[in-house]
Amino acid sequence: MKVTLKIKRFNPEVDKKPHWESYTVEVEPTDRVLDALHEVKWTQDGTLALRRSCAHGICGSDAMRINGRNMLACKTLVKDVAQEGGTITVEPILGLPVLKDLIVDMEPFFAHYRAVMPYLVNNDPLPANGRERLQSPADRARYDDTTKCILCACCTTSCPSFWARGEYVGPAAIVQAHRFIFDSRDQAAEERLRILSEPDGVWRCRTVFNCTEACPRGIQVTKAIGEVKEVLRTGVIQ
Amino acid sequence: MPQYHQFDALVVGAGGAGLMAALHASQRVKTAVISKLYPTRSHTGTAQGGISAALGNLEEDHWEWHAYDTIKGGDFLCDQDAVEIMCREAIDAVIELEHMGLPFDRTPDGRISQRRFGGHTNNITKKPVMRACHAADRTGHMILQTLYQQCIKQNVTFFDEFQVIDLLVDDGKCNGVVAVQLATGEVHVFHSKATLIATGGFGKMWKVTSNAHSLTGDLPAAVLRRGLPLEDMEFFQFHPTGVYKLGILLSEAARGEGAVFINGKGERFMARYMPTLKDLAPRDICSRYIYKEIREGRGVDGKDYVYLDFRPEVINRYFEEDGNPKRIDAHYLETRLPDIIEFARVYQGIDPITQPVPIQPTAHYAMGGIPTNNDTEVLADETGRVVEGLYAAGEVACVSVHGANRLGTNSLVDLVVFGKRGGIRMAEYAKQASFRPINKDAAAAQASAQLERIRNSNGNERPHAIRKEMQEVMDEHVGVYRTGAGLEEALDKIHELQERYKHIRIDDKGYKWNTDLMEAWELGNLLDLAEVTAYSALWRCESRGGHFREDYPNRDDVNFLKHSMVWKNGKLEIKSKPVRITRYQPEERKY
Repeated sequence: MKVTLKIKRFNPEVDKKPHWESYTVEVEPTDRVLDALHEVKWTQDGTLALRRSCAHGICGSDAMRINGRNMLACKTLVKDVAQEGGTITVEPILGLPVLKDLIVDMEPFFAHYRAVMPYLVNNDPLPANGRERLQSPADRARYDDTTKCILCACCTTSCPSFWARGEYVGPAAIVQAHRFIFDSRDQAAEERLRILSEPDGVWRCRTVFNCTEACPRGIQVTKAIGEVKEVLRTGVIQ
Repeated sequence: MPQYHQFDALVVGAGGAGLMAALHASQRVKTAVISKLYPTRSHTGTAQGGISAALGNLEEDHWEWHAYDTIKGGDFLCDQDAVEIMCREAIDAVIELEHMGLPFDRTPDGRISQRRFGGHTNNITKKPVMRACHAADRTGHMILQTLYQQCIKQNVTFFDEFQVIDLLVDDGKCNGVVAVQLATGEVHVFHSKATLIATGGFGKMWKVTSNAHSLTGDLPAAVLRRGLPLEDMEFFQFHPTGVYKLGILLSEAARGEGAVFINGKGERFMARYMPTLKDLAPRDICSRYIYKEIREGRGVDGKDYVYLDFRPEVINRYFEEDGNPKRIDAHYLETRLPDIIEFARVYQGIDPITQPVPIQPTAHYAMGGIPTNNDTEVLADETGRVVEGLYAAGEVACVSVHGANRLGTNSLVDLVVFGKRGGIRMAEYAKQASFRPINKDAAAAQASAQLERIRNSNGNERPHAIRKEMQEVMDEHVGVYRTGAGLEEALDKIHELQERYKHIRIDDKGYKWNTDLMEAWELGNLLDLAEVTAYSALWRCESRGGHFREDYPNRDDVNFLKHSMVWKNGKLEIKSKPVRITRYQPEERKY
């Protein structure tokens, strides 16, 4: 099928501000939007810049705004976002500085990630038998949803609170905090909750649900944020 | 003027092996990690089914059984002392990952859950054994995340999105690397005492592959350019269950949970070929029989694919036929295999719970690579002489623990065990070594010249066209079935493409985020590795593991129970070295 990709372009070595360019390509309906972008890059305009790696929705490199919604280009099929002869608009994700075309500066995003202590803290001696710590299947299931995060930034850069204020830690960092707060092996929930109770922490969330809709891993992001808020309100992790 | 950095230890690549090395090296010496991707984008994250270790959490198991299975799976080309190290240390490595916080699935009593995987057996009954420790079908994702989390905790230094262009090797010693910062195009010289290469595979030389776009073999190609050899390059694994046409991997865990191969006549054909392990035979064997079925007209609808069937009623029917009392349902599969079920739904529009899934073998894993000894030190030749200060671990390395065919889950075992060994070893070396002098301007100029030649090249060849032709010829002649004539044709074609590559033209002449330039440069690396792969495959006139020659269909232990080592100094040169055998004598491989 024939589709037109309308892509927001910005070359820092040439342009003062971004502009739109359109490219018409021939693709299969079941091709990924990433395939269509590669078709542009490889056969029409090699200057188009984007990040991508695994091409099947696991590495989290190619988050972008496709027809106004945050998606992974490699997990979105052309037929689901365009009809024959139609147009697909592609822009960089919002709220992070654009470096070139579809590539944004991810550093502010990862700085928020690092701020919530995204690692297991357990200062008890290791089991004397040299084996694993025990965790019941139910305790393991408690935080399963938030272990799926691939740090693609689809959620954080779909959030109006984050657009309004980049200092807000954002949904992805809260998801990471949730993954450890609810892990029965972890002992640093208190410290993480203190970080998240600060003005740019979890209370900036206005429960808009954009993050949940945007998550390519199907994580119930808003629910996870709500659970963290609930712990802050009640002081009880359950 | 290039930017200049100095570290005791440098790790290139931030997947499982690189991060594991970085964690252990940074506890001992000043360490930095350089990666062309953000670390969490690394391909370790796509590993699905599990990481094997003889924990024996669900049934009797021993690391010696794991070692035997690995050696037999590798068609007796593995270096057996290395395999023994890997399988013995796998147990502590998996426990260490759990202690770091890895969210393994659990048994009812809270221990790490384990499942069956291809080629992993109880050595007495010969039946499949539950050895693969798993976290749903996203075990690699959990390993990558957990290791990166620990690196954050330890405040490891990262240079993210830096492409390493050259290795500084002088007088048989490695003194660091030269890299380009993708965001700026600036050249950075990294001066080190010890450098570890952990950049993963290079499957992008094939068209149908499970590999990421970034897996272009940049460092193995740099090793070749520096006059050092690569080992066993003819051995590349074709995983039997790739999504038809796309190559996206559908984990062997599906078969571990009971899925079966079905041909166009509705037959479970693996039971015919491998009566004991059936669908859980090792990957090289399954891939060969899938193509045999297709060639003999038993593909689905006469086409070039078969089904992977994991509908619950089908799994249960074969459980019953096999005398296995286990029964499963849709909910069980959705919990154990959520990602691959989603892949089929998203990319094929097929629901595996109600429909069988079209699959074909997909280029998956490099058994060969940069030769190392058991301490991850890179080897300069077939005698075991090491390149001082240079190390390699994980898929990019050839220890060799996988021999001619890797067993499922052993990639993850390899990268945690040898990543850790490498990190410790390089740090110990760096502690007692001093910085050797380098000429940083000359080093930077030499690396820049590689890029400037492409940036300024004004030919009329498009990199994409060359890449496509390379991938097509590799799929056709350097795949599951090979012949001498086909390999010679492939080699001729690659030489033609290398010649045309000298006359390429790119569109982007800039410096900031010039992905056009980087892709073109990566293509040059792939072409060099494709050439070496076809050349090594032509040399090996036998069939062993993942390398099957139709003109030499049998294994030939008299002439080829040895590793290949290939150099490219002007022209290609091949030598060999013996396989190290400890306690497992080569035998016919039956399952």
